[in-house]
Amino acid sequence: MGQNSCVSFERRTVLRDSLSVAIPVGSYGAAFGAAAVAGGFSVLQACALSLLLFSGASQFAVVGVMAGGGTPLSAIATGALLGIRNGLYGMRMAPILKLSGIRRFLGAQITIDESTGVALSQESRGEDAMRYGFFATGIGVFIFWNLFTFIGALGANSIGDPSSWGLDAAVPAAFLGLVWPRLVNNKTRIAALLSVLLALSLTPFLGAGLPIIATVLIALVIGWKS
Amino acid sequence: MNELWIATLGASAICYLLKILGYSLPESTLNNPRIQRVNTFIPIVLLSALVAVQTLTIDSEVVVDHRLIGVLVAAIALKMRVSFPIMMISAALSSALVYNFV
Repeated sequence: MGQNSCVSFERRTVLRDSLSVAIPVGSYGAAFGAAAVAGGFSVLQACALSLLLFSGASQFAVVGVMAGGGTPLSAIATGALLGIRNGLYGMRMAPILKLSGIRRFLGAQITIDESTGVALSQESRGEDAMRYGFFATGIGVFIFWNLFTFIGALGANSIGDPSSWGLDAAVPAAFLGLVWPRLVNNKTRIAALLSVLLALSLTPFLGAGLPIIATVLIALVIGWKS
Repeated sequence: MNELWIATLGASAICYLLKILGYSLPESTLNNPRIQRVNTFIPIVLLSALVAVQTLTIDSEVVVDHRLIGVLVAAIALKMRVSFPIMMISAALSSALVYNFV
């Protein structure tokens, strides 16, 4: 019994960590749902993106590029570039999770910033805690993110002009919120600033979406040299 | 099938492939520190570009309008470390005020 209560206590601690990430991040799904509908997507398409793509930055990018008049190809490319890191998280998590068969296919879908972040933060508690944190956070974000996407999309669907509700500013604000925690030193801030300048200066000359993809050059140059 | 569905399903498929690929490759594949560094900069440049384009452009023109106020308010809110929902609401509210009343 002693061991059982010890295990369940630890689970409770990890679960608390997981939910403290899953609930606020999940509620951000309302912003995505609203942004998608304001950008011309249907409620069904907004929900499909949250269920099937399930990676916030990529989802916002797909919506942002399409809303800006971009082609599906540039929307897909931008979303995919932002999705590369989930593959790297999978590589990091695979030896810890040791998933096979159907569990691997399901586990892959919830391999995102938050699930990986919470799992890695449990390292001192052991691999069981890491696995538990990964699934509790991944499943928690999945449930809340999808629920709130639906609520946000329905809400935006029932209002008229998105601008008069500030939705057109909420979308870039969402991107700003996603990039802000990554601007940790001068190099990252310079990369961000150069990227803003490059994207704006290319806007008159390239089709929508392409100026955004072009900024990958900055990541290549700065990442390669530093 | 319209363009929005192509974008929705195409991006979903590719992003899922990237996720499952991570579980199928050995961890050492992309251990090169240069690749890791480039990869940390990719979200930074793409998200920053998206902020700029969504705030300051309409079609292929650079324009300054109510959205900039909203995004500046969002930046102040982030600097003050308020929660995400509060940040979003203050951005939307300030932009809406300028749009409707200025």
